[in-house]
Amino acid sequence: MVYGCLAWAMGVLPGIELSRVPPGPGVEPLTALQARGREVYVANGCGYCHTQQVRPMNADKPFGRPSAAGDFKYQTPELLGSERTGPDLTNIGVRQPSSVWQYIHLYNPRAVVPQSIMPSFSWLFTAVEQPPTGLTPVPLPPAYAPAHGVVVPTPEAQALIAYLASLKQPPLSGAEVGVAMADAVNSAPSASSGAPTRAPAAAGGYDPAQGSSLFTANCSACHQASGEGLPGAFPPLKGDEVVNADDAAMHIHVVLHGLQGAQVGGVGYGGVMPPFAGTLSDADIANIIDYERSAWGNHGKPVTAAQVAAERSKQ
Amino acid sequence: MRTVFSAYVISATLWLLFGTGVGLLVALKFWLPDFGAGPWLTLGRLRPIHTNSVFYGFASIALVGLGYYVAARSSGTKLYSAALAWIGLGLFNVAAVAGTVALDIGYNNGDLEYREWPWPIRLIFLAALVVTAWNLIGTVARRRSEDVYLSNWYIIGGTLWTCIIAVVAILPWYQYGLGQVAVSGYYMHNAVGIWFTPLALGVTYYTLPKLLNRPIYSYALGILVFWTNLLFYPIIGSHHFLFSPLPWWLQTIAIVFSVAMLVPVWGGSSNFLLTMRGSTHDVIHSYPLLFIFVGVMSYLLGSTEGTLEALRSLQQVWHLTNVTVGHSHLTMYGIIAFMIWGGTYALLPMSTGRQADRWALALHFWAATVGILIYVISLTIGGTIQGIDWSHGMPFIQSVVDMQTYYIWRGIGGLLMFLSHVIFAWNVWRMCYGPAAAAMPLNTLRATGAVA
Repeated sequence: MVYGCLAWAMGVLPGIELSRVPPGPGVEPLTALQARGREVYVANGCGYCHTQQVRPMNADKPFGRPSAAGDFKYQTPELLGSERTGPDLTNIGVRQPSSVWQYIHLYNPRAVVPQSIMPSFSWLFTAVEQPPTGLTPVPLPPAYAPAHGVVVPTPEAQALIAYLASLKQPPLSGAEVGVAMADAVNSAPSASSGAPTRAPAAAGGYDPAQGSSLFTANCSACHQASGEGLPGAFPPLKGDEVVNADDAAMHIHVVLHGLQGAQVGGVGYGGVMPPFAGTLSDADIANIIDYERSAWGNHGKPVTAAQVAAERSKQ
Repeated sequence: MRTVFSAYVISATLWLLFGTGVGLLVALKFWLPDFGAGPWLTLGRLRPIHTNSVFYGFASIALVGLGYYVAARSSGTKLYSAALAWIGLGLFNVAAVAGTVALDIGYNNGDLEYREWPWPIRLIFLAALVVTAWNLIGTVARRRSEDVYLSNWYIIGGTLWTCIIAVVAILPWYQYGLGQVAVSGYYMHNAVGIWFTPLALGVTYYTLPKLLNRPIYSYALGILVFWTNLLFYPIIGSHHFLFSPLPWWLQTIAIVFSVAMLVPVWGGSSNFLLTMRGSTHDVIHSYPLLFIFVGVMSYLLGSTEGTLEALRSLQQVWHLTNVTVGHSHLTMYGIIAFMIWGGTYALLPMSTGRQADRWALALHFWAATVGILIYVISLTIGGTIQGIDWSHGMPFIQSVVDMQTYYIWRGIGGLLMFLSHVIFAWNVWRMCYGPAAAAMPLNTLRATGAVA
């Protein structure tokens, strides 16, 4: 009896109440294809290593704005997760919009992130001699490609990638973010002491360690630690014209606003590069650009945070 | 099968071997991610197979078997119905087999911790629980004494409450979006602390006095622990979702009662330790008592760690890291599995009149103890480093790289644990089918060191 009452109070009642939370502004139900992709995600237990909840604290800043109650309206079964062996995916559609990257990574994560321990999902792909019409083969690096033919995604893989692309946090108004943050952890030691990403690079000079760390966190998944990119998938930065140009305006512009369907070094790339204007500060972007301009034998002229700010204000 | 009790133990042992074999494979995949590719062996399907088969195959079946024996013996009567016990065993096994197959073909209820089995399969498990509860109550109702012995409070209480948990988890109407998150928080903690903990404690309240041949230190303290556990436990589940969009008050209440859990935890473990006090010699020379001793120490340390983990300041560093994985093994393995083994090694020979070899008991004990220590220590250190990496804003992949060493150590601990289960299986075989020890009374068993 006692237990029944407590189960009611702590399990069922909050369940009833919270099941009624209305969707937040901009939170939409999934399309049929995306919903199918979510089923593939659940069936293969992706949720055991990837969370889908951004907590209002410093550690979660790279993953997006703090999650709000209205974000979960259409999320049944829930996928908040209990372990973060891999990164949070709440906002992955914004953070990694390139489906080309997602396909290569799903086929074998180590093809793009050598240190990754995620399983290979090559069984969600088929190797064929000629790709069927309407399907683009996955541009795998030679070390991971099959000996013969090309690799194309199965309908399951296509649905899964469509689902991942749909994971975008709709923006909250400033007031709502304020409420979410107020609950939280502004007193957190990590938040107040300032993590390295917020280190005072803004004060002036280029900080190589900082630049390298930011590049690893934001850029190397596609452009690779070697700066060489992946042939046919992601352009190299090593020896690139824009990166080595004296006038850095174009370089800054691309990092701020992203790039799509571009010709780089005379080669066309189908992928999408995300914009970083919304997630990185001027100082962080200057650090990344200076890193790119000085690494791998590059010798572009360094830029300052002020130049980034100037370019940002043009829009 | 000699008796229904030994059938439960044998069945549980097979699930232990299977479930921890899968666990070992999962641990290996953190180190060699390309080992065993393909849909049937992918990590995301094996992980719930591991947790569900050790929970609902091994631990549930073992504790129900032990619970039946304790309920009948402490009531001075026979089991109410051996047929019902066999039916229950069949249902538990059907559920666990069906659940394993369903998870492996990717048919699940969502990545919802410990309730991944599709609902029709969880309904079979619920039926097994109801049969068990009915049988236990029937048995205790036939007792010869006036009072219901403390163990039976725990065992029957735990079984009845778990029926409620199972129903709450299955019904769908209040489980949409964030509502389901609230139910998940409630469920995942209660399935552990309201099912396994009371049964393991109940069995130990019988086994420990029996082995030491003296009454429990304080019967009243045992009752206090029973009621506080009942009152506090259902409320703490939301501490699995601190800093989530669940209402802040729900999270805060969960933290307050997580601290209150220190009352039953410290009360329960000190009751056991005070019962053992002055019997150091007996404990050192009896492997069943050593198993129980490690179980009690894990209860004290693991559950206190649980309280600490629920505090917001520590959650900031530890939540979502491998510290949680270490904690769940310290508790489910350190407490539950060790108490099951202590109970089995003490009670099964009394039922079958056959004993395991002392050297094999020693091997099981030391491999399991050293294994779980390596496991928990490596994941606790590694998980803390993960959390610090994140809060310092390092690139995420750095936390993956930093965990590598600890994943390998975890695998080594896990290998020792698995080997100890192979020895346990051998010991169970000897206790069920080995040479009969000429019907020895308990005192003689004690003298030979086989029991205590």
